[in-house]
Amino acid sequence: MQWMSRLPRRAWLLIGYAAAAAALFSAPLYLNDFRLNLLAKCLAFAIVALGLDLLWGYTGILSLGHGVFFGLGAYAMAMHLKLAAGGSRIPDFMGWMGLTKLPWFWEPFKSFAFAAAMGLILPSALALLLGFFTFRNRIRGVYFTILTQALVIITVTLFVGQQAYTGGTNGLTGYTKLFGYSLTSGTAKTMAYLATAAALLAAFAVCRHLVNSRFGKVLRAIRDGENRTRFLGYDPAYYQMAVFAVSAGLAGLAGMLFVLHVGIISPTMMAIVPSIELVLLVAIGGRGTLIGAVIGAILLTQAKSQLSASYPDFWLFLLGALFIVVTVFMPGGIVGLIRQARQAILRRRSENEITLDSIVSKSNGVV
Amino acid sequence: MRKVGWLKGFAMVLAASLVLAGCGGDKNNEAGGASATGSPSASASGAAASGDKIKVGILHSLSGTMSISEVTVKNSELMAIKEINAKGGVLGKQIEAVVEDGASDWPTFAEKARKLLSEDKVATVFGGWTSASRKAMLPVFEELNGLLWYPVQYEGMESSPNIFYTGATTNQQIVPSIDFLLEQGKKKVFLLGSDYVFPRTANKIIKAQLAANGGETVAEEYTPLGHTDYTTIIAKIKEANPDVVYNTLNGDSNVAFFKQLKDAGITSADLMTVSVSIAEEEVKGIGAEYLTGHLVAWDYFQTTDTPENKVFVESFKKEYGEDSVTSDPMEAGYVAVYLWAAAVEKAGSFEVDKVKEAAKGIEFNAPEGKVTIDGDNQHIYKTVRIGEIKEDGQIVELWNSGGPVKPDPYLTTYEWAKGLSE
Repeated sequence: MQWMSRLPRRAWLLIGYAAAAAALFSAPLYLNDFRLNLLAKCLAFAIVALGLDLLWGYTGILSLGHGVFFGLGAYAMAMHLKLAAGGSRIPDFMGWMGLTKLPWFWEPFKSFAFAAAMGLILPSALALLLGFFTFRNRIRGVYFTILTQALVIITVTLFVGQQAYTGGTNGLTGYTKLFGYSLTSGTAKTMAYLATAAALLAAFAVCRHLVNSRFGKVLRAIRDGENRTRFLGYDPAYYQMAVFAVSAGLAGLAGMLFVLHVGIISPTMMAIVPSIELVLLVAIGGRGTLIGAVIGAILLTQAKSQLSASYPDFWLFLLGALFIVVTVFMPGGIVGLIRQARQAILRRRSENEITLDSIVSKSNGVV
Repeated sequence: MRKVGWLKGFAMVLAASLVLAGCGGDKNNEAGGASATGSPSASASGAAASGDKIKVGILHSLSGTMSISEVTVKNSELMAIKEINAKGGVLGKQIEAVVEDGASDWPTFAEKARKLLSEDKVATVFGGWTSASRKAMLPVFEELNGLLWYPVQYEGMESSPNIFYTGATTNQQIVPSIDFLLEQGKKKVFLLGSDYVFPRTANKIIKAQLAANGGETVAEEYTPLGHTDYTTIIAKIKEANPDVVYNTLNGDSNVAFFKQLKDAGITSADLMTVSVSIAEEEVKGIGAEYLTGHLVAWDYFQTTDTPENKVFVESFKKEYGEDSVTSDPMEAGYVAVYLWAAAVEKAGSFEVDKVKEAAKGIEFNAPEGKVTIDGDNQHIYKTVRIGEIKEDGQIVELWNSGGPVKPDPYLTTYEWAKGLSE
């Protein structure tokens, strides 16, 4: 076992990442249709969680409105898929609501590239706008969080009210084709899964690069002392706006992938409860650590599915108990717990070494 | 340091065991899942040989905002399964219910539908309430060629080859109720609804129908789901002075609306309302004293006078308590199970395509009267009823269509509806 401790920590990390990536990419080989779909959904949530962690864990800004950014990305992709499914006809719900031709802002979504770009740009632009009015005016903490909740309410009301243009509460559903290929075929699903896994890895790499860079250091400085950072000559507002936009963009990306796997997006998924659930993913996994966000998203989404399948009548109580246990006993989340365990082991080991050394030195003295 | 250590360790073990309990439980879902929900098939204590059993899925919201309504439908479906099992099952097999929670969350409905079809390999699924949940499940059922029985009245404009609709479509509830109002000379209609797809689509149909038949829409108002302040709306109603308020509010909003209406001194004698989302279960929740004299449109009431309904109400009370009431969606869920069983018997097979083929034209003496499956659109013929709410919370029939009405989800047989379903 000696060689294990000799390897540097960095090498261990690399091996860990490589193993995780291998496990992700080989999943289609050993998971059935349903499990693969569920995992893909987990991975999409992991991408939002990464973005939220950048914002909350690293910069100390709590957003309870990420459902909106997630939803905007999802709607952008869903609009493209809906148009692709309908061919030359306008989406069915528009017909019932009295529209006879496609609204102008739907037109460009016929292009996949435009839809995909919008899925990233719309959430980021909205975040920039909100950030511009809040961070520059030094609105922060609870006040910012309340504003994000207001954003949720406004957006949901807008989407529900404009039924002729958005599908109302039913949302957008019934997709069949992407790039002319059927979405229901096994290959298409595997490809969509692999795309999601690749997106997650890419997002992880980008976030890791960000937090290890000078930019990331400033973010942490803002979290730990916004005024001090300002006195050092940085303008926190720009950093906050930037990280908010990146975080929203990641949520948009996740939304686009989510729609591919789940096949529906509706205003309820942008609402307050889902927005809070997204934050819980980060809290459970461990905020301030990127891998924690990913672990939290995957574990919690899986646990939700498994618990509700096994105990349909009282699974929510189990989930609630889990939240309480984690927040009360494990403020650092799952990753925080692992870290503590690791430190405890290291400490004990070093204690042992000290005693051994002292014995040896004592015996030397005697001899 | 150690003192905190064991506490953390304990918490971790607890948390881990919760997660593991979830994962582990999945394996014995067939036995454990069913018994946890009091499913009738659980009596066969785990000896779930697939040879003498057939699995069906039940997928309703057992948690979240919709659970108050959907749990009652789950109960009536489980009761139908229990009754059929007691009579020897279908094709000699006992039906085993796999109950899943849609959690009032539409993607969860899609996820669970996929699980039921591809992991549990159920023969059919009974489930859904909101249109959004059905729209979320529809692509999954079409993709995996599954079979869904949807038991709630809805806004129509749909006919999936993989869904049987046992609730009313618009021409079996809304359209006849407007005809009824016009006959009564109530021409000025105030439309009030919660802001979601069913009310908006229903009101669009109503407006077209009123315009074509000499009625008048005096106002159209929507409030968000869960809205509870109706003083403004009531003021608008007073100002518009309509003959009738056509109410498509849903859930809690009804409680607030009817209480505030009574507080404002308006009773059913001053202003008539017709509701399409208030059944016996909801009357219990709102309080019959606020609703006395108001009208509702459905295809079934607990008071509906058929021999089958006497048995249905009696067994339901025996199963779920003397206080429990039966309602239209519950009856439609109950009927769905019997219709499926009949189609399977006729087909001699559980295969979806064969069952669908056999289902065409199947008749069943339901608590609401005779129902027949329409082979073309997979809806069922239903008798339309309009009733008045009484002090005891029961609904007494004022009018019925005289016989089952052919389902027409796209309203193709109505001249004024041209252009609605394009």
